[in-house]
Amino acid sequence: MRKMVQTEDLIFEYAKRDEEGNVIGAYRAVDQVNLDVEEGQFIAILGHNGSGKSTLAKHINAILLPTEGTVWVSGKDTKEPEELWNVRQSAGMVFQNPDNQIIGTVVEEDVGFGPENLGVPTDDIWKRVEQSLKAVGMIEYRHHSPNKLSGGQKQRVAIAGVIAMRPKCIVLDEPTAMLDPNGRKEVLRTVEELRKQEKVTAILITHYMEEVIDADKVFVMDHGHVVMEGTPRDIFSQVDTLKEYRLDVPQVTILADELKKRGLDIPAGILRKEELVEAICRLK
Amino acid sequence: MIRDITIGQYYPAKSVLHKLDPRVKLAATVLYLISLFLFKSISGYIVTTIFLVTIIRLSKVPFKYIMRGMKPIMMLLLITLLFNLFLTRDGDVLFHAWIFTITEGGLRNAVLMAIRLVYLITGSSLMTFTTTPNELTDGIESLLKPLNKIHVPVHEIAMMMSIALRFIPILLEETDKIMKAQIARGADLESGNILQKAKSMIPILVPLFVSAFRRANDLAMAMEARCYRGGEGRTKMNPLKYARRDYTAYVIVVLYVAAVVIIGRCVPLRIWIF
Repeated sequence: MRKMVQTEDLIFEYAKRDEEGNVIGAYRAVDQVNLDVEEGQFIAILGHNGSGKSTLAKHINAILLPTEGTVWVSGKDTKEPEELWNVRQSAGMVFQNPDNQIIGTVVEEDVGFGPENLGVPTDDIWKRVEQSLKAVGMIEYRHHSPNKLSGGQKQRVAIAGVIAMRPKCIVLDEPTAMLDPNGRKEVLRTVEELRKQEKVTAILITHYMEEVIDADKVFVMDHGHVVMEGTPRDIFSQVDTLKEYRLDVPQVTILADELKKRGLDIPAGILRKEELVEAICRLK
Repeated sequence: MIRDITIGQYYPAKSVLHKLDPRVKLAATVLYLISLFLFKSISGYIVTTIFLVTIIRLSKVPFKYIMRGMKPIMMLLLITLLFNLFLTRDGDVLFHAWIFTITEGGLRNAVLMAIRLVYLITGSSLMTFTTTPNELTDGIESLLKPLNKIHVPVHEIAMMMSIALRFIPILLEETDKIMKAQIARGADLESGNILQKAKSMIPILVPLFVSAFRRANDLAMAMEARCYRGGEGRTKMNPLKYARRDYTAYVIVVLYVAAVVIIGRCVPLRIWIF
């Protein structure tokens, strides 16, 4: 399988400044990260606030460039200035705040913004806009003003705006953090559909553990390091370690873990309610 | 209160005027505005009135809606009217009481100036009623394109305008939220004189500015992430293209201006003092 995103010893430092703006040191937001994402995978990056996960995400889109180390996006080094626009086109990015990433005053205009920037011919832009809006299920809102949509709908429009650029990979930087539970479900369902239909690679940055259950691979970040790596089941079976990294472990997983500690014969890494019910029913 | 202003707000309807190319509408509006000052005789006013009424009819914007847009400029209109009425000394005295004198010339000036102002605003707001903000910025961008040669960043200006238009409702909502939050913390925004009221706006403006800058930062990043790199090499989703009706509109406007100038200057018509 081909590599979609690869990082090697990635380090990123912010300059620390005092009140007069003089540099007084450096803060390492990302420290020695080695990431490997294959084409078509669904990757989740977990971490609490300030763990460096958003900083890492911005490297994949070449919004930030590494202080040390290298990032390759579908084989292209993000540090090469002539590859910049190719990198940004192959790795689209959806941000946290739905209001601050919609540029157009009408839904379809916003979706067309990316292709316009790429210099796609007019007829083709309209085709892409229609396809992308259909893919996220927002086609009936094409003539609406984004201000009148709900948070989840706005995020879906933002996703459509990224898909219209035909990226190979979508990076979602906490797309659900500002949404209500319904909006969160809406957005996650959309991402799931896209992965199945368009076969795009998805990298989901989040601090909600429930959202990463279906991921192919999960990375947990803390203080700029990748501290855990594996399938959701591997990760979720280490409840105590996860708590140490200040992550909210889903209630089912905690319950299953507590039951197991009290001597019940329950497998480790329970992710869903149904699994726990089944495991309990099997007990004598 | 801010939401009530209808000047310049798009009125969705299906009319010939709505379908016209924004460049035609912009150029026509400018010509129309200039033409208002190119005649003196009452005959010119008659031609303009006929033209304006026809355009309003064609636009399918209800007359009431246009009148509502007049409200905010009522004060300005009234002041102009009164100044012209009492301060012009020209011709026979029609009325005199204490320090107030109305002369024939004063009455004429006042009435004609008021009509001119109303026509000016009606005409220009008709353009914004029938043109979406996006069409408008596209039109401006395309009309100002020649200025690119003398290094005026035309595309950037148009982009800023359309982003500003997109964020007006968002920032209004935010102002509302911040006001409520400050009132909940005991801020008094209502009482006191103008100075005190202005001072009490500070706790609203500071957070508003902070959040506006944060939004600007986010938006710039989102635009870059979507490969925005200025106007060069950019294609358009809705490229402007002249249709036959646009050429017809140009001809009509030029004919109107010619008519108003010729008739307004060469056909002297006097009704009472006008």
